[in-house]
Amino acid sequence: MAQNDSRNDQIRFLNPPTVDVRKKKYCRFKRAGIKYVDYKDPEFLKKFLNEQGKILPRRITGTSLKFQRKVAVAVKRARSLALLPFVTDLLK
Amino acid sequence: MLKQYETVFITTPVLSDSQMKEAVAKYIKLIKDNGGEIVYEEDWGLKTLAYPIQHKTSGFYYLIQFQADPSFLSTLETMYKRDEQILRFLTVALDKHALEYAEKRRAGKAAKAAEAKAAEEPKAEEAPKTE
Repeated sequence: MAQNDSRNDQIRFLNPPTVDVRKKKYCRFKRAGIKYVDYKDPEFLKKFLNEQGKILPRRITGTSLKFQRKVAVAVKRARSLALLPFVTDLLK
Repeated sequence: MLKQYETVFITTPVLSDSQMKEAVAKYIKLIKDNGGEIVYEEDWGLKTLAYPIQHKTSGFYYLIQFQADPSFLSTLETMYKRDEQILRFLTVALDKHALEYAEKRRAGKAAKAAEAKAAEEPKAEEAPKTE
């Protein structure tokens, strides 16, 4: 064990290993002070959809739970009014 | 007690302008006759649909924001359902945040319209000069 440890100490990297500093995600509604998610604005709602028109999860967009629920409702309303597609390819 | 609502409906693209106006007037009259009040209305014009509805790829959108008794909604929606010109409709109750947003949106639209008018007017003034 002791030998292993000393060997590990001697490992040198040619390039210092890059520790990626991840930008912290944030809820854009909280930051911008938006209180109502409008279903009449499909261009805005597209930010929360993937290319097939599916709603992106919170872990990707960073939206807080409160607003994720509102986004989901708004997207579904927009879909029923044919402002957004239910299924598609290459939305963006 | 009156409550704030917002309704959007899509009519078939085969309607002429006057027919569309008639349809809108019909629903506005229906709301008013049932003790409702129109707060705001907006014509979105002919838009392409994201997916075909009844084999149609486009439709006229119209938005009405109104105050009405909650019991009136069922009559409005049955009227929508009976109307063959209407492809889709959506009625939503507005909460306080939605009302604030609607107000802002309206103000924004008004400002834009005023700007567009202001932009047009100098042009109109310029035009005779160049002639």
